[in-house]
Amino acid sequence: MGQQTSLYQKHLDAGAKIVDFAGWDMPINYGSLIEEHNQVRTAAGVFDVSHMAVVDVGGKDAEKYLRYLLANDVAKLDEVGRALYSAMLNHDGHVLDDLIVYRMSFGYRLVVNCATRGKDLRWMIQNTDGYAVSIQERPRLAILAVHGPESINKVCEVVEEDQTNQIRGLKYFHGVELERFFIARTGYTGEKGVEFIFPDSDASELWDKLLAAGVKPIGIGARDTLRLEAGMNLYGHDMDETTSPLAANMEFTIAYEPEDREFIGKPALIAHKQLRDAGKLPELVGLVLESRGVLREGQKLVTDKGEGIITSGSFSPTLKHSIALARIPINSQSCEVDLRGTITTVRIVKPNFVRFGKKVFE
Amino acid sequence: MRGGHCVSDIPGDLRYTSTHEWVRINDDGTASVGISDHAQDALGDIVFVELPEPGSSVNAKDEVAVVESVKAASDIYSPVSGEITAVNEALVDAPDTVNSSPYENGWFFKMKIGDETKLHELMDAHAYSKHCDDE
Repeated sequence: MGQQTSLYQKHLDAGAKIVDFAGWDMPINYGSLIEEHNQVRTAAGVFDVSHMAVVDVGGKDAEKYLRYLLANDVAKLDEVGRALYSAMLNHDGHVLDDLIVYRMSFGYRLVVNCATRGKDLRWMIQNTDGYAVSIQERPRLAILAVHGPESINKVCEVVEEDQTNQIRGLKYFHGVELERFFIARTGYTGEKGVEFIFPDSDASELWDKLLAAGVKPIGIGARDTLRLEAGMNLYGHDMDETTSPLAANMEFTIAYEPEDREFIGKPALIAHKQLRDAGKLPELVGLVLESRGVLREGQKLVTDKGEGIITSGSFSPTLKHSIALARIPINSQSCEVDLRGTITTVRIVKPNFVRFGKKVFE
Repeated sequence: MRGGHCVSDIPGDLRYTSTHEWVRINDDGTASVGISDHAQDALGDIVFVELPEPGSSVNAKDEVAVVESVKAASDIYSPVSGEITAVNEALVDAPDTVNSSPYENGWFFKMKIGDETKLHELMDAHAYSKHCDDE
């Protein structure tokens, strides 16, 4: 038996099929992945993502420390509640993890992947030399993500009436502390929605209220197909500690400005840029297969510029054909995949397939 | 997959393989082949099915069809040697029929069996249930 979130029994009650996910017993689906996927694209679903690790960073040097630790710049967080997506790099400029950092009244809150939790904490502590910071994991916090076009309306049905204006007023990547809840407009689906971070002793009550309001439970199976359609990376698949963020469609998260900010991995990134300019660094692209068959992680690719590999692939329930993320030689024009022994041509597109329920690539 | 023993539906009048195909002997002497409730449940939502060519001769344990779910691809093996006489074309447009009706509308192909005594080498429902539990 693995670790369980405080909602484990609720998952069983909802008919979950439980699988091991990085040492956690998590619901992969509650019957049909496709129905759950469509529920989030057309209505509202709730995901228990309490397995993700919450790490709070406080102390007088918290900002200075995170500006050194992370490749994105927390100085952009100009008010409490704002959120930022960032890579945490090693000195080779490779991705140790990707995370969301929120500015909080006490300092900063990081939400990191569960499979990388131990590694991340060690790295964070290792790099505190010279900084007056406190680093505290918060294992007793639950995280519920409520996503879909009806999510905000549903959430407003279950919270206190005086909180609804603040929730409706939240902009993307902004959050607010409302009593015991921290609520932010962040998520991993390409739909609008919010994430609640709050004491796990309150998790069952919120879960029950959301389900009573018609929000459906969504497993980690649909979470994966939703994020893939949204072109969002999955750590350990689309990038890891052998990958430059420049080869993982993550350059938009690197804050090169201001130039005088030093951060871990920055000198290596400058070298990666030169490699890329010389055409020697691969890139992460989207692939589309409009004929029958399903692209899968690990399938080999051949482009006009060399070889590549699929890093995430699936059937897309929204588009009703297969899509993938793949790492291939930069500026490739054509691409073929070995699909279970059959060489098939696939289309290269920007790695972003579906937003707000609609196809976005051409 | 966790979750202890097999709670899926295992009809008593069929024969089963260790790779989760079922075989039914039809009134006309042909055999229908599909995948078990346990197999469709493990695969999850099925999105594509590739069927064999009618008329082709196959050997036992040949890969003759493919089933792809959102999460995985899986080969379907011929349970016995023989000739493919018909395929369930309806699955091409409605592959999820395999999820909703694995033993009836979700059949994959029919075959003329070379040596019917070979059917006795396949598992009965009791043995297959135990096989699922042991996996």
